[in-house]
Amino acid sequence: MSRGTFIDLCYLIAAIGFILALKGLSSPKRARLGNIVGASGMLLAIGVTFAQPGLGHIWLIIVAMAVGVAVGVPAARTVKMTAMPQMVAIFNGVGGGAAALVSITEFIGQPTKLVATYKVLEVLFGVLVGAVSFAGSAIAFAKLQELMPGRPVTYPAQQVINAIVGVAIVGLAVAILVTSSTALLWILLILSLLLGVIFVLPIGGADVPVLISLLNSFTGLAVAASGFTLDSNLLIVAGTLVGASGMLLTRMMSSAMGRSLPNILFSAFGSVITATGGAEGDDSRPVRSGTPDDIGVLLAYARKVVIIPGYGLAVAQAQHVAKELADALMARGVEVFYAIHPVAGRMPGHMNVLLAEANVPYDELKEMDEANPQMSTADVALVVGANDTVNPAAKSTPGSPIYGMPIINADEAEHIVFLKRSMRPGFAGIDNELLYDPKTVMLFGDAKDSLQKLVAAVAAA
Amino acid sequence: MTNGILEYLTVFVLAAFVGIEVISKVPSILHTPLMSGSNAIHGVILVGAMIVLGYARTGPEEALGVAAVILATLNVVGGFVVTDRMLEMFKAKPADRPRSPKRDGGTGGDAGA
Repeated sequence: MSRGTFIDLCYLIAAIGFILALKGLSSPKRARLGNIVGASGMLLAIGVTFAQPGLGHIWLIIVAMAVGVAVGVPAARTVKMTAMPQMVAIFNGVGGGAAALVSITEFIGQPTKLVATYKVLEVLFGVLVGAVSFAGSAIAFAKLQELMPGRPVTYPAQQVINAIVGVAIVGLAVAILVTSSTALLWILLILSLLLGVIFVLPIGGADVPVLISLLNSFTGLAVAASGFTLDSNLLIVAGTLVGASGMLLTRMMSSAMGRSLPNILFSAFGSVITATGGAEGDDSRPVRSGTPDDIGVLLAYARKVVIIPGYGLAVAQAQHVAKELADALMARGVEVFYAIHPVAGRMPGHMNVLLAEANVPYDELKEMDEANPQMSTADVALVVGANDTVNPAAKSTPGSPIYGMPIINADEAEHIVFLKRSMRPGFAGIDNELLYDPKTVMLFGDAKDSLQKLVAAVAAA
Repeated sequence: MTNGILEYLTVFVLAAFVGIEVISKVPSILHTPLMSGSNAIHGVILVGAMIVLGYARTGPEEALGVAAVILATLNVVGGFVVTDRMLEMFKAKPADRPRSPKRDGGTGGDAGA
């Protein structure tokens, strides 16, 4: 067997490892093993690449990799679980950036006059999609890290500017196809970065997770494009795996939010006005707000309490206090479980990660479909920083923007307690009837503070 | 090499179907780890980055190659480590709870920046 064949064989084994890694992630039991299989495949692929005939700059490669490891491992080790979505955004962005750079480097390294048209197309695609993913992820990171406002950023003539950038990119791409000019390719890179920024700016904070999944898929496609450029089956397979599965995952996530993907990506342009207009208007209705002590007594003497955590709990990083409260209640013999909406938290599935981190046992977490039949027998539904995911308008008001979204039926519980910062509507920007329900008690404030007060109140009750 | 492109297109199309097939039954609990896990897999661009740097002939190519290797390495190690940390917590069952509470030291290592 020649050296080239051996290397290709190892690449094939690596590709199988990646497929098994994704496959493993479909059950919690095998997920970790799958991830290790994927990492081993990656290690094998990287290792045999050193054996590529004629590969130079070995030390430069090793030093550059050492830099990456020295920065990446500590960052990934120490990041808090609540900050995980932005970390994933960053790692995704650098991957997209790397794909764009690989495509550019390959382009400028070739004797340009003789390049086939489809080769240039592959480079253009790799640069465009990689750069959009890089810049878009950077903005998504800034939004999640609260370096910039999470609300949709809109400005005058937004659509006109988008159209101009889009047309300019298409024009440039054609020009590059004709001239094979490196200078124009650099301009394309800059415009693609700009496109990534203006694409993400109008997307609201609560939708950013779906966006990250989409950008993840984009990076996969950019990697696949680099694979075409470099004649590498491994890159094509791995990139396409991620591109295709990421696309599907993005669709699954948006349907869990009851919205279409175009609606999530482009709704900010039109919907902001209607959203704020409808929400602020009718604040005259009475709202019952309680003291921590009242609510503490209500909880302490209940038989069954369902905790419904949401975005607000993640923002306040209140998962550990929530567990404290649940433990205190359980010590008094109250039956407690958590009802998890599929899109609770800052990322679909994120709430499960946060509560797992706080050592909440697996069997206390109930997914929506499992929790809903039990809601009518609950004495108290304790809604912590959630809003849209319990809004009955999703079931009862056909005109509502969230109509059709599956929700947790908090309204069926005997009492409903909302821990909320204010009466402000949730991300969907619509009023929640449940807040005005006679069965509802509000406790205003930061989720973590409120939970701490409740822990004290339950202890005293 | 016009046959080459067809061969690669075949691989591309088949891989797309595999990608859709393998994740079509993922429960929503695992969406976050899945995103992070597939994120690690596209870090395979590191192999491409090594190749362009390894065969670089000019200064600019070397500079771009080095940048690509650094970024791609970040993607690979970050992706796999983060995914492993998440999945490690998912293993925590009531039975082996005392062993697993591995909370971050909270020593300001919030590596975001």
